[in-house]
Formats: sequence, structure tokens, C-alpha cells
Amino acid sequence: MAEKPFRMLPRLTDQNRHFWQGGAEDELRLLRCRSCGTWIHPPSPLCPRCLGKQLGPEVVSGRATVATFTLNHQPWVPSPDHPYVIAIVELEEQPGLRLMTNIVHCPAEAVHIGMPVRVVFENQEDVWFPLFEPVEDV
Amino acid sequence: MDALAGRAWLTGIGQSEVGRRLGRDPLELTLDACLAAIEDAGLTREQIDGLATYPGMMSGAPGFSGAGVTEVHDALRLELDWFTGGVEMPGQLGSVINACLAVAGGLARHVLCFRSVWESTAQGEGGRQGIGLGGGGGGRAPRASGTMMEYTLPFRSYSAANWIAMFAQRHFHEYGTTREQLAQIALNARKNAQRNPKAIYRDPMTLDDYFAARMISTPFCLYDCDVPVDGATALIVSSAEAARDVRRPPLRVEAVGSALHGRPSWDQFDDLTTMALRDAGAMLWRHTDLRPADVDVAELYDGFSFIAMAWLEALGFCAKGESGPFVEGGKRIALDGQLPLNTHGGQLSAGRLHGYGFLHEACLQLWGEGGERQVGGEPRVAVAAAGGGPLAGCLLIRRD
Repeated sequence: MAEKPFRMLPRLTDQNRHFWQGGAEDELRLLRCRSCGTWIHPPSPLCPRCLGKQLGPEVVSGRATVATFTLNHQPWVPSPDHPYVIAIVELEEQPGLRLMTNIVHCPAEAVHIGMPVRVVFENQEDVWFPLFEPVEDV
Repeated sequence: MDALAGRAWLTGIGQSEVGRRLGRDPLELTLDACLAAIEDAGLTREQIDGLATYPGMMSGAPGFSGAGVTEVHDALRLELDWFTGGVEMPGQLGSVINACLAVAGGLARHVLCFRSVWESTAQGEGGRQGIGLGGGGGGRAPRASGTMMEYTLPFRSYSAANWIAMFAQRHFHEYGTTREQLAQIALNARKNAQRNPKAIYRDPMTLDDYFAARMISTPFCLYDCDVPVDGATALIVSSAEAARDVRRPPLRVEAVGSALHGRPSWDQFDDLTTMALRDAGAMLWRHTDLRPADVDVAELYDGFSFIAMAWLEALGFCAKGESGPFVEGGKRIALDGQLPLNTHGGQLSAGRLHGYGFLHEACLQLWGEGGERQVGGEPRVAVAAAGGGPLAGCLLIRRD
């Protein structure tokens, strides 16, 4: 297992802890409106669709497709794993339900738009970063 | 239809020394630009009663702001009826749009607008710094917070280079856009910069040079990214009545674009091939009878090359998805082309003056003072646009 790269940690709050710590139970948790079922990301006190306030974290499948990506070559922080892949993935639960993430466990050059991926977690301190790996071997 | 109805005019421009690692006091650079703009308009500082800037003084991002409203206000001992400075607005030129509203609404007569950067000196001998990575004081960097940073920085995307690259990649995917086409923005900028004595990079650049450059964040190579500089730009916005005081033929602010209908986010925007520019560009044309074909010169933000292409589409100079073919070969956007683009060299070659440089150049061209890079045929209508991602503002200006 390669050494984990430097990551800036998010500041944890009561509003975002479900997202950043769900990985401890191997779950990707997103906020969902209990009135109309809309998934919400990033977290908000209001459902953007029905303005309902009855919101709570629920577990998503973790399956997604790559909506877009970039291979980062610039050494913002020195690390042996350049280029690494930054991506925006769209979760299968809802059109437009997206996360920025990294695609891991495959050669950077193999990543493409439309690629099916699934969530994996990388733990650093008190945060479990939701990253994504290809569903199929590449 | 015309929200401003001839009530806001551009009447003077000024710019400081612009360069790499000047090591000069950023406030001094700012004041150089401000005094130059006041003089250019034929005014005195006693006549300035409004002040506007973007992003205001910021201590957390070294070099990103050379001075705020307070510093300039005090240094020039201005007697202000109206002032504003801040970062939450439609891009860098949002501050100029605010100034237009202030004079149109009668709150001020002559508003001094400025944008000042010293990113080159701030980065020292090191490379370009990632967002949020500075100021840690050794040890672990502070934790990311706020919607925009919390969900981007932890995924090792420390720069708008990464975020905009993902829009470009999606554009490539949907429309078949190529790096050869993207390169035209950089090559055109360099060609024009050769005629601009203040530009940072003036050596000729070929397509081979472009492809030989190191990659930053695919599909962007080094030459798709603008060059951090030290420098300040200032402009005077005047009311219709006050515009009679000035030395210059005033330039009418025909229309502005400040809209943002999509989500205000780098990664959650609905259409990953456009950005906030889509909404700002569309709004601009809702407020004027002029059409894209009436524009004689276009100064479009190129913090990253792709942003200029996205502005070409957003402002209707070509159809959505067609900016690649539009710039192909570079003839159409050349100084003597159908739509001269970034006539000073843009931020890619003339330096990252962060938005204001485009409006400065648009004014210069309409006043016929472009020198060696002056667009022929006495241009009368220009568009200046700034911002990318969730930041976008644009102005259409004309010389009557």
C-alpha cells in the first residue's frame, strides 16, 4: 500500500460530519429530504426543491460515473504520485448529484468520462475521504 | 430595455508599472494606477466622490490584493459619497458594474475603480501556490471550510487550474474540442503581446512550443495558464452629467452582464461545458439592441485559455460548443481578423492583472490609442469580460 498523500482536512461540523466520517462504517452518506426525497450536496439546512426542513443523512450506493476529470501534474504539494486524477463524479441516485473526488486504484491514463466507478474510503485522522475506483478492471 | 440608459460612462484609465517580482509596495502601485486614471480623465482627486474595488483587502491570500478601499481612500484623502469593495460579486468587473449603478442612481459623479495584484512578488522564488496551502505557519495547514473550499481542497485540487481544466475536458468530450484549438488562444495572445511594450512575454511562440510545454492539469499545459504579476489598473466611471467634465470622449456603458442562474459553485454548476459566463453573457444582450456582430473588439478573460473560448460562446460570437472551430487556425481572432481578441496579449502573455486589464484595453482600443496593436477601422464597440467558474461579469461599451 502506497503512502497516503497529503490532504487538506475539512473542518468538521454537526452539518458535515455524516459525510466526512461515514466511511468509518464504509458508508457514503448524503443529506436527503424526508418530504420529497431529494438528495442534497453539499449539506444545507433547507431542501432546495421543496424548502422542507426535515432532512437527514442516508446511505447512497456509492456507484457513480465520471462526469469529468483532470490529470493534475502540478506539484502544489510535493508527492511521488503525480499525475493524480481529480474528478467530478455523478452518483446514480439522482441526476446532477455530484461530488468532487479523486479516482484511485487505476492508471491515471485509463480514466475517461462516463467510466463507472464506486466509492472507496481513505482515512486520515478523523476524516474518511470518499474516493472512487473503477468498477471494472482497467 | 437598456437598464443603464446612457447614465454610466467610462472616462479615464490608468495602469501602474506591470512586471514580475517588482518588489514594490503594492499600495504604491495601486496609487500610481489611480492617479494615472484621474489624470487621464482630466480630473483632479477632489472630483472623485466614489470608490470601488475587487476583492477588497485580503490578508489570507498573499498577493491577491494590493490594496482595499480603505487604503486608497485614506492615501488620497478622498471625500467619498459612495464606496464599495468586496469579493462576493459577479467577478472582478462586478466592482465596475457597481460603480455604473452608483453613478446611474445619482449617488456619485466620478467613481474611481481599481484592481491591484502583487502575486508575483508574493510567490517569491517558489512556484505558483495552491489555494489554502499558504499561511499554515509550518506543520499542518488549517482545515478547509466554507462550501467552495471544503468540498474541493481535500481532493488535492488546489487551484482554479484544476477546476477549469475539468470544464475544458468535458467540452472536449462533448464537442470534440482539441488542444490545437485551445492553443490558438495562447498563440494569439502571444502574437498581440509582441506589440504591447508592457506585456510580460513577448518572445514569439509556435504551436510546437505550446506542445513542448509541461502539463499543469490536463488538458492545460503551462501556456494555458496566465502569468502572475505585480501591477494595478484603474478606471473612472462617470455619470452622464459628470462625463461632460472630462478630457476624453466618454465611452458609453451600453449594457452589462451580472447574472448567475446556475449554482454558485466550481463543481456543482449544472452544465459542465459552460460556467457562470453563460448567464452573464446572455443577460448582456437582453439589455441592448446591439448584437454580437456589432462588436469590433473582444477582450475576454483568459486566466486559463479555455475561459476565453467559453466567453466566446457565452457572448454569442459562436454557437454553444463551436468555439473550437471558431478559433481554429487563429485568423478570425487575430488583430486583423473578424473579431480581434485580447489585443494586448491577455493575461496569458501580458500578465494576470485579474480582469481589469481587459476593460482597460477595451477603452484604449475605442480611444484609438492601441499604438502598434491598434485595431484598424476605428472600432466603436467593444466587449470586456472577466471571470470563470462561478464568477462572471461583462460590459459592452461603445464610442458614440
